[in-house]
Amino acid sequence: MEKEALSGIRVLEYAQLVAGPYCAKMFADLGAEVIKIEQPGVGDQARHLEPFLNEIPHPERSGLFLYLNTNKKGITLNLETVTGVNLFKELIEISDIFIETPPPRQLEELGLGYNVLKEVNPKLVMVSISPFGQTGPYKDYRTSDLVSFHMSGFGYLNPRGATDANRPPLKAGGRLADFFAALNAAGAALCALHARRLTGLGQHVDISRQECIIPMLRRPLTAYFYRDRQISSRLTRSWRIAPNDLMPCKDGYVFVSAVEEGQWQRFVELMGNPDWAKDPRFQNRISRTENWEVLEPLITAWLMKHTKEEISRTAQANRVPISPVNTAGDLFKSRHLNTRGFFVEIDHPEAGKLKYPGAPYRLSQTPWRLKRRAPLLGEYNEEVYCDLLGHSKRELVKMREAGVI
Amino acid sequence: MTKSALEGIRVIDFGHVWAGPYCTATLADMGAEVIRVESKRHIDIHRRQGPYLNDKPGFNRSAVWNAQNRGKFGCTLNLAKPDGVELAKRLVAISDVAVENFAPRVMKKLGLDYPALREVKEDIILVSLPGFGSTGPAKDYISYGQSLLAASGIAATTGYPDGPPMSLGESYPDLVAALSAAFAILAALHHRTETGQGQHIDISQLEASMCLLPEALMEFSMNDTPRPRMGNEDDIMAPHGCYRCKGDDKWVAIAVATDEEWQAFRHAIGNPDWAKGERFADGFGRWSNQHDLDRLVEDWTKERTPYEVMEVLQKAGVAAGPSFNIEELVNDPHIKKREVFVEVEHPEMGKQIIYSPTWRLSGTPGRIQRRAPLLGEHNHYVFGELLGISDKEIARLEQEEVIY
Repeated sequence: MEKEALSGIRVLEYAQLVAGPYCAKMFADLGAEVIKIEQPGVGDQARHLEPFLNEIPHPERSGLFLYLNTNKKGITLNLETVTGVNLFKELIEISDIFIETPPPRQLEELGLGYNVLKEVNPKLVMVSISPFGQTGPYKDYRTSDLVSFHMSGFGYLNPRGATDANRPPLKAGGRLADFFAALNAAGAALCALHARRLTGLGQHVDISRQECIIPMLRRPLTAYFYRDRQISSRLTRSWRIAPNDLMPCKDGYVFVSAVEEGQWQRFVELMGNPDWAKDPRFQNRISRTENWEVLEPLITAWLMKHTKEEISRTAQANRVPISPVNTAGDLFKSRHLNTRGFFVEIDHPEAGKLKYPGAPYRLSQTPWRLKRRAPLLGEYNEEVYCDLLGHSKRELVKMREAGVI
Repeated sequence: MTKSALEGIRVIDFGHVWAGPYCTATLADMGAEVIRVESKRHIDIHRRQGPYLNDKPGFNRSAVWNAQNRGKFGCTLNLAKPDGVELAKRLVAISDVAVENFAPRVMKKLGLDYPALREVKEDIILVSLPGFGSTGPAKDYISYGQSLLAASGIAATTGYPDGPPMSLGESYPDLVAALSAAFAILAALHHRTETGQGQHIDISQLEASMCLLPEALMEFSMNDTPRPRMGNEDDIMAPHGCYRCKGDDKWVAIAVATDEEWQAFRHAIGNPDWAKGERFADGFGRWSNQHDLDRLVEDWTKERTPYEVMEVLQKAGVAAGPSFNIEELVNDPHIKKREVFVEVEHPEMGKQIIYSPTWRLSGTPGRIQRRAPLLGEHNHYVFGELLGISDKEIARLEQEEVIY
């Protein structure tokens, strides 16, 4: 069996929804053994969120769950029982990394905080992804992706180019704060594992969802500190140089950027050298920006005659940086992505054959691989509790009947 | 002295702008020795863009560049000269990792692609971070952050429910790629420790960003339908949104996830009559009537500041918090206690305030190891000490615009 990048590493996951599961998925997809703990009966909350196959709710047919939990061994375990806690400690003993994202204090209240777990396994790297970190006045505060996104300062900047002050600041599509926390947590965990070679010991990794977005705010931060406490918002237009915007076209939208002189000239050529382009108001980037209200509809008129694919393909061929605003459908049909084999298909006993987004990176020696589809609820109970931990099948039956697993 | 997690790891950063540099800055924060390779021939756009200290331009006075490149050593090397390429190879030969985010053909044209680098260091880990990937029909597309937000599907999922796609105030595909790269590098280092093998890590910023949109992608994959834009709304949670508060352009984000939280919420806001009864009693009712519910919630929030709302609701166990502007964020008591922003002394910036490392490890904590380098500041350290080149030879190379 070909060695994978993270072969030999065992990760234990006690998390739901996005942040913890995506972090663990990053390990699983590069060959680590990932054991995912779910609540008996109900399982990960993500199983009950859309999109569902054929729009029929079913815990084994949630697209979000299926994507986030590839390559993992799912088990059920009830940590509210003493036996459950003991089983958990058996798993901790043999794990390198433990990823947890329950609400703050929950594990501590169960007697399973880092101070306890490091006695069970001094080499354990425990990764806690929390809303605001393990310390500080908000450490016990609740959050959701929406609240993390807005409290990080990013919300206030969106949407770009807003004109209506009566509409609220906007969250990005998807669950961005959760994903950013996951990306940071995964790197930090692997970093801690690396440190273990030097120190022989594990450690506690503290990831705050709020903090993970903050480095993104590079321009607003520097504008605040270096431009006299300037406060950026969705309504700020001081950065604007035209054209540098989303604009409508025949079958949707494109992002038009033709700010540099050469780019603008080539864009004008692309549009067939229209007479209006000779207007003195459009002869340099400053005047184009100042007269954007007049210029915008002229460009739009041309865009509306062409599809986003046509516009971006011909523009890019002429070194004009125009990109399509791709929908999910566009992405699945993209010649570029399909040539690169970005989407991967996998079969699932309940969801059938589906295409999934594939690798975020390509490693030449130890490629990302979709070996195993997402687990059915409790699918690996026997393999983990019996084969790995040495319990008997009889015990498993009794533990199930007692609500431990 | 506490050890650093990545002590002993050396990274050569050929990157520019954000994707490569943010990746290596993350590693620098954790103790890796990162050498940023720049050139006077083509100065990084962030060095050429303000804000500058006191509005006075200068390559060493860019606030953005100095925040992003903290922790690194800096040298200059002209890769247009064959001698420059030779020196670059010698640097790779003494390094563990090399990072670049040029357009796909550039490293090959320079003679610094993976096969070439393997010849100087067989177990080198090379990381490439092109916008659209190294292969495929769109590989040579020019990709700015905003164009990647559009192309990766992010803009299509962002926007008010009744409106067109919208873009974001800051682009993040390069940051996603940078963080994915950092993880992949550490995975490759793990593999190298076990097997002695290096490898080439190739990351398309477009694809790395798509990995963050499974809801939209799986909706289409499963059902051939687009996922609608939802603004600040949620699939099922209600109240869930951004509500106006007292003050000028002040807003608070609130997300009530369960029926229990709803009970706590309505008690916390004083048990108004409208909140009693069946209409909003369960999640389905609340979601179905969310627009009415939002108006009623806003009647309450608009009498209060965002902090007041947060305090009342968090005490009741409900997720709520201000939509912070940058000033509020920087001065927030929690942010201050966590020391999210720290002061770093820089010869041309003076005291600069920079975000601290997001990776908090208890035993081998990250920290800003040193301030960002001046252009070419460490040429003598890099070429003299690390490569053993004499001062005289360095002077000659500077004159010939190789070290340039």
